Amino acid sequence: MTVRTEQGSAADAGTEAPEGPTIRVMATQELDEAEQIAPAAGGQRAGMEFADDDVVFELDDLSCFYGSFRAVRDITLEVPRNKITAIIGPSGCGKSTLLRSFNRMNDLVDSAHISGRILYHGVDLYADGVDPVEVRRRIGMVFQKPNPFPKSIYDNVAFGPRVAGYRGNMDELVERSLRRAAIWDEVKDKLKSPGTALSGGQQQRLCIARAIAVEPDVILMDEPCSALDPIATLKIEELMRELKQNYTIVIVTHNMQQAARASDYTAFLTMGDDRAGYLVEMAATQELFTRPTNRLTEDYITGRFG
Amino acid sequence: MASTPRTQAITGAEAVRRSLEGDRSDWRSMGFHGLLVTLLVLTLGVLAWLLSVVFVNGVPVLAERGVDFLTSPLAAQPDEAGVGQAIAGSLWLMVFVAVISFPLGIGAAVYLEEYARDSWFTRFVNTVVRNLAGVPSIVYGLLGLAIFVVALGDIVGPGSASGRSLIAGGLTMAILVLPIVIITSAEALRAVPGSIREAAFGVGATRWEVVRSHVLPYAAPGIFTGTILSMARAFGETAPLVLVGAVIGGFNVQYDNIVETLQGRYTALPTTVYDWARKPPSFEGNVYAAIVVLIVVLLLVNALAIYLRNRFERRW
Amino acid sequence: MTATPHTPRRLAVSDLQGSAARRRRELGVRLLFLGAASLSIVISLLIILSLAGEAWTFISQVDPALLFERGWFPRRDLYSLQTIVAGTLTVAGIGMLVAAPLGLGAAVYLSEYASPRVRRTVKPILEILAGIPSVVLGYFALRVISPTIVDQVCPGTTEGFNMAAAGIGVGILITPLIASVAEDAMYAVPRSLREASYGLGARKRTTSLRIVVPAAISGIVAALILGLSRGIGETMVVSIAAGATGGSLFSVNPCEPGQTMTAAMTALATGSDQVRGATLAFPSLFFVGLLLFAFTLVLNLVADRFVRRVRIRY
Repeated sequence: MTVRTEQGSAADAGTEAPEGPTIRVMATQELDEAEQIAPAAGGQRAGMEFADDDVVFELDDLSCFYGSFRAVRDITLEVPRNKITAIIGPSGCGKSTLLRSFNRMNDLVDSAHISGRILYHGVDLYADGVDPVEVRRRIGMVFQKPNPFPKSIYDNVAFGPRVAGYRGNMDELVERSLRRAAIWDEVKDKLKSPGTALSGGQQQRLCIARAIAVEPDVILMDEPCSALDPIATLKIEELMRELKQNYTIVIVTHNMQQAARASDYTAFLTMGDDRAGYLVEMAATQELFTRPTNRLTEDYITGRFG
Repeated sequence: MASTPRTQAITGAEAVRRSLEGDRSDWRSMGFHGLLVTLLVLTLGVLAWLLSVVFVNGVPVLAERGVDFLTSPLAAQPDEAGVGQAIAGSLWLMVFVAVISFPLGIGAAVYLEEYARDSWFTRFVNTVVRNLAGVPSIVYGLLGLAIFVVALGDIVGPGSASGRSLIAGGLTMAILVLPIVIITSAEALRAVPGSIREAAFGVGATRWEVVRSHVLPYAAPGIFTGTILSMARAFGETAPLVLVGAVIGGFNVQYDNIVETLQGRYTALPTTVYDWARKPPSFEGNVYAAIVVLIVVLLLVNALAIYLRNRFERRW
Repeated sequence: MTATPHTPRRLAVSDLQGSAARRRRELGVRLLFLGAASLSIVISLLIILSLAGEAWTFISQVDPALLFERGWFPRRDLYSLQTIVAGTLTVAGIGMLVAAPLGLGAAVYLSEYASPRVRRTVKPILEILAGIPSVVLGYFALRVISPTIVDQVCPGTTEGFNMAAAGIGVGILITPLIASVAEDAMYAVPRSLREASYGLGARKRTTSLRIVVPAAISGIVAALILGLSRGIGETMVVSIAAGATGGSLFSVNPCEPGQTMTAAMTALATGSDQVRGATLAFPSLFFVGLLLFAFTLVLNLVADRFVRRVRIRY
């Protein structure tokens, strides 16, 4: 993968023309300090917009706080349906915090709160009356370290539907979920054995099956492959490509190559001087990695920092 | 090398030689080691001494009187007196402890660990519980005396019992044990990995569903062990029962039904030991025999707790 | 649960409300558990109230002169507090003299010297010792310790009742407590500290005494304070072995019988009649109880502070 910078032309495809000063990409020799990119403040939109029909999430100046510490600052972007959107950036810039605000997992931390809005199919997720339990049923999550329940494989998958009140044929649902997670063949003979007895990669696919079983709309993935070996990682990436036909996927990863391989759109976050993460740039993956419009993005993807 | 002054820094080779030689090269170290071993042996030795005195004196009496000792009621003559009523009373007290303090204690622990936000109230309750666990047991006896015997006497133990009933004793013991149950249950809950809770919340479960289906089952072995051990502790407690009126001396009333039994007088195994201990030396054999029974019961309960803990630990 | 179709673009808040019944159940469960937790506060309040009321009766009505007469004889209206406090401190003091070396010695050995196999065997044995009921130790103190040990040291004891025997019994009782809290504190000292010390050429003795003990000192102090608190609150050993059930004169001579606060309370409560109303004996029971509660509370709070310090460091 090579990065080319074009002299003097603004990046275009997939990025909305900003209202503020146009960001220009310069050949690295010509760039000087004054033209380093300022954070997306003052109305400048670094995020993307999509057709109304295609929008699943719409973030509007979203900031995430832990107590008085702002972890993520003023994010404005949209997430399209049935695509894989990756969030990349150096460690500690708030990617996971941002991801967890999508399904209100941050609610579980006492001091966490947000400002701004995040709309899911037009509904403000943090509005009064919205039940986080229902939100999490529709917006599922797969975690960094595979965490199957200390129960049988069957019970792992069946737990979610059970508490959600599923009245249909559970066996079918379990099978369907395990098939969709590309793990059915490996476990169909041992559904009663413990989920924790599987290998790391299998456990993660079990967790995906578990997330799928409640028939969500979105699957959030928080660095799902960081604890897995390369072969298991590739399997998961293949699986993601199949899953996006039926689900919208948002994945946080600090593995740039993975984002470049597997995602359709990529958002790049970095940490500002106030230690809050902010959105630098979001574009179609191809665009972001070959023609980044922002110096910081270019530095990150070429490995100059992070 | 051998005469390196102690005040100088020790060079590498010497350091290695010293640590490899261990204690043998130094009298003071050997002396210290010996002192520690002596202290430990003394401690264990006292236990052995105590147990041997108890069993040497108690077992013959048990052997001689057999089941009779275990079933006879209290009596004035040592060879007629037995621990039957005492055992019955102690068992009843354990029922109270189990029925009252286990649900309350586990429930409180669940609240403190799973539901409570980190606020002054939560910290305050945690401090209060910890301090309650350290209060001398006799103070609980005073509490029971003031509230159950005196204030609620007519409900709790009407008639000739004047409040000094089994109910009063049972409630007092339940309150005594409650803080311990809370603390051990809370510890067991804290040991549940956060990733399990996170995963359960992630699929859209409510907090109760997470606790009921994942946290409690995982913590169950620890909670069981804690509750059984707290019951063992309650079984051996004497002071509070003395204060709330467990019988010292003897009583020969027979109760016809459960209500009367609960509202009537009672005795317990440790209080019987206490009582007989103050009697003339003719009772000495009885005392030891009763102690043997007490210790055997306690050992069995502890063994049960350890067995259960090992059996259920790390199933997955 | 209905499958979420992928066609509708816009939802309303009502779609994300979830099940009302489920939310109601959640609230109910939460309140239930909150009630259980609040109960502990209620109990503390009850303890303090029940003690305070009667204690006030006592202290407000008692003739102050009687409080400092020499001797605690409640049936004769003599309420010398210093007698029973002195008795408590004597017994607890002897107990600590016994338990501190035994307990700390065992702790240092188990934490620094013992092999894992020895630890595995000895720790359960210590737990068994901890589980011995106090009545058993009391009788053992009276019938065995008093004649064999105390008699050697003290000339002609009164029928074997003396504070020394009770003190030794209390000491045996609290040894496992001191041993286990101190051992936990020492075991928690990070290996890296010890390794640094060995690397400089120090021996185990030096490392244990100069590195580990100071590092764990908060926990060790906490262990001693907790032991003392337990010793002060101990009832049955002294009731059986220290004698003086009717009352006693002021004495700090361990060879003599003596009355502690706890034994005094027991004696008052098991009096041949329920002394109420006429004399101040009944309220005095509560006053002494309040005093005892206050002592042990203060000690426990102090010990808590020390334990907290250990946790913060690591």
